[in-house]
Amino acid sequence: MRVEVTVNGQERVADVEPRTLLVHLLREHFALTGTNVGCDTSSCGACTVLLDGESVKSCTVLAAQADGRAVTTIEGLADLDGTLHPLQRAFQENHALQCGYCTPGMVMVSMSILAEHDTLDEATVREGLEGNLCRCTGYHNIVKAVLAAKEAMGASR
Amino acid sequence: MTMTDSPQQERIIGERRLRREDPGLLSGENRFSDDLVVPGALHLVLVRSPHAHAKILHVDANAARSMPGVVAVLTGQDLQSEWAAPMPCAWPVTPDMKNPAHYPLATEYVHYAGECVVAVVARSQIEAVDAAGAVIVEYEELTPVLDLEDAVTDASLAHEELDSNASFVWSLDPNPEAVEAAFREAAVTVSERYVQQRLIPAAMEPRAMVVVPSPMGGDYTVYSATQIPHVLRVMLALTTGIPETKLRVVAPSVGGGFGSKLDVYAEELLCLVLARRLRQPVRFTEERGEGTMATIHGRGQVQYMELAANADGKVTAVRVKLLADMGAYLQLVTPGVPLLGAFLYHGVYDIGAYSFTCTGLFTNKTPTDAYRGAGRPEATYAIERAMDTLARKLAMDPAEIRRRNFIAAEKFPYESVAGLVFDSGSYQENLAKALDRAGYAELRAEQQRRRAAGDPRRLGIGVSCYVEMCGLAPSRVLASLNYGAGGWEAATVRILPTSKVQVVTGTAPHGQGHETSWSMIVADKLGISPDDVEVLHSDTAIAPHGMDTYGSRSLSVGGTAIYLATERVIEKALKIAAHQMEVAEEDLEYVGASFRVKGSPDQQLPLAAIAFEAFTAHNLPDGVEPNLEASISWDPPNFTFPNGTHIAVVEVDEETGRVQLERYIAVDDCGNQINPMIVEGQVHGGITQGVAQALYEEALYDASGQLLNASLADYLVPSAAELPSFELGSTVTPSPTNPLGVKGVGEAGTIGSAPAVINAVVDALADLGVTDCPMPATPERVYSLIQQATAAR
Repeated sequence: MRVEVTVNGQERVADVEPRTLLVHLLREHFALTGTNVGCDTSSCGACTVLLDGESVKSCTVLAAQADGRAVTTIEGLADLDGTLHPLQRAFQENHALQCGYCTPGMVMVSMSILAEHDTLDEATVREGLEGNLCRCTGYHNIVKAVLAAKEAMGASR
Repeated sequence: MTMTDSPQQERIIGERRLRREDPGLLSGENRFSDDLVVPGALHLVLVRSPHAHAKILHVDANAARSMPGVVAVLTGQDLQSEWAAPMPCAWPVTPDMKNPAHYPLATEYVHYAGECVVAVVARSQIEAVDAAGAVIVEYEELTPVLDLEDAVTDASLAHEELDSNASFVWSLDPNPEAVEAAFREAAVTVSERYVQQRLIPAAMEPRAMVVVPSPMGGDYTVYSATQIPHVLRVMLALTTGIPETKLRVVAPSVGGGFGSKLDVYAEELLCLVLARRLRQPVRFTEERGEGTMATIHGRGQVQYMELAANADGKVTAVRVKLLADMGAYLQLVTPGVPLLGAFLYHGVYDIGAYSFTCTGLFTNKTPTDAYRGAGRPEATYAIERAMDTLARKLAMDPAEIRRRNFIAAEKFPYESVAGLVFDSGSYQENLAKALDRAGYAELRAEQQRRRAAGDPRRLGIGVSCYVEMCGLAPSRVLASLNYGAGGWEAATVRILPTSKVQVVTGTAPHGQGHETSWSMIVADKLGISPDDVEVLHSDTAIAPHGMDTYGSRSLSVGGTAIYLATERVIEKALKIAAHQMEVAEEDLEYVGASFRVKGSPDQQLPLAAIAFEAFTAHNLPDGVEPNLEASISWDPPNFTFPNGTHIAVVEVDEETGRVQLERYIAVDDCGNQINPMIVEGQVHGGITQGVAQALYEEALYDASGQLLNASLADYLVPSAAELPSFELGSTVTPSPTNPLGVKGVGEAGTIGSAPAVINAVVDALADLGVTDCPMPATPERVYSLIQQATAAR
């Protein structure tokens, strides 16, 4: 079947099997391998992307369900000149990643957390990150990074 | 010449320098193994045993072979001629160790659920999965051996060809009479049984690999999510018969390991021999649900721990008996894991008599192997839990009993009863700092207040002091332990004609930030910017020598090799500088990336100019070769001994049994810190894995040997919502073992944390008469402990 998706601002078209998941559409058809697969039960969140601005685990969404909609992946955050998004910068500045495998998902879910809250505290960030697993950082610095990004991006939006 | 640090030269070591690894990882640019695009790659999917122990009666692959896209369906018998040797175990801990032959595909019997039985190769992943589903394997089920205390009786056998489940018995019993005497004369003794439950490492990146052959040239490039590209290359050569010179192993970005990628796996060997046989690239990426069964597990021990002590709380002897779960087969270092703890069951305490015995047992479960800490978290848990029990028996504060037994700071280097030489430490200072940071007295007062008020939210405070041996390892010591390799590390430092610097390391990072830290070591020494230093690694074609990354070894062994190679480059540059400046070497000093004449700072020659001179070779002194480069293989003279004190503060809800970690304080001594930001990150992650063992994680099997929680939906890797932020401090006692004074920090957090948390849980319930809580301290378990204790009163 044919799917048309706006990915990181660009119109993309693919012919896929109906059972194809969004994560496989992104990785295999569009070569956007920044979105990672960490489990097969929608538990780890490594595959989190934004679908029409809201974070979803792209392993639980069929490619067909994304037809006609807009997807933002980790590749879509930095400027074309390579300038990192303030959230990405906050992750680096706060050492919020080690191996980096969960990181794209962590960053994308954090985009949602930032967008959904006018103000943020530690407990809210921790609740918001609950669906995303990291085995390296103990989350300490991820939480710090999200709070720092909120600060950097302006407390009210 | 002198190589002093001049005041105007800024130190780079010790900076909280941001990681150069991050932009690529944060933007999706970096490539993990499964991200690699390899045209024409075939997909390998495994048919795995659904049974823990069974005889294979018949394999019917006809239907699968005729399915769309299928290239090959192969059994163990089909592939048996491919192997030059069985899968490797590099650590035969005793001469008579039993090691049943282990091949990538089972032939006659299967010995754990998840073992590979049939290889299915197809043009696409989906076609391979569909065909694997059509393979029919008939089994005759056999009785599985699942429990360690059953296994040791040999009532039934995990391997039908062996006459016992014991693979080996290994002892460290330097003075049995002294131990006997200490227990005979003890005023008080402690005798405990602890269970180190099986853990699933669960690195976030599942294992993935792709083998690309060049059939005409006979070369193979193996891309694998591995911690050990160098060791893997040796083992691939030995098991497949492919000359080592024809194998190139590359570890692309690797998404965490924790020991689970410190191994040689069936799937790696299968991809290689299938690529040889089919003359096409072959790839495999595990699904999480199979990875939980097919990737090694950690821990899995029953510990019988005894202490003898005087009435004033001074411990006089430690006696340990261990049953260690090997799982179904011996993987790369499986039998050695308990040995890494064997020397440390007396912990940070000055104890005169010591006895350790370990029996390694086969069970019909996933093989175990090194998991973050490997042997040392187990040892620390046993001694730190037992010290708390001793304190309770003597009605002494847990901090006080530790103070009375610490190895005194002035005793370093300290020769331990188990035969190690501890390098440096100030255990008293660790404890004092941690207690101070925690506000220990106030916490105790709050605990009393809640008890007096009958508050169902009980407060528990748990202390754990640890020391580990890491920086693996002096090769001669490894030889005495029968390990099949050395413990050195290799480094090359190369100054290019344009004065940019290349560092080649044999370490293989998978999240530790080696590129950043190694560039800092070299830049600090050369007096240049880390931005001018590139670090190359994890590709045997670029970094041919290495012992890879595990055992908190990379900085103390690999970093030291880099430091010494840098020193050698400066020595060579000095010869060239002296020649060109027409002065004696002794009259030059190296300051700010220049050689200058002592007392005449105007007369100087920058390193950059010397690099170009070394390249043109127009005017070099006699006997000095062109190019500015030095290579070192460094073998450490001793282990390093990171140490620290961790304090957990928990709230235990009496009404639900729920344990909430409220605060976590850690004071660690990893020697000098190259990049404190990275050190703290390692400690955070380590603590979390220990807390996870204490409170959440356990690989659960049913009576037939099925792993019940084989998915991340059921296996409880903690999320951000379960944890607090951590409160860290440090002491610094530089290690005399290496010129950087470093010790390593990759495993420290994991080693200190599980006993701190369980001591806190028991502490919260101690006034009810609770003396033990098995791991993980689930609400159900804690609730029933509370009920039993209350009923007994």
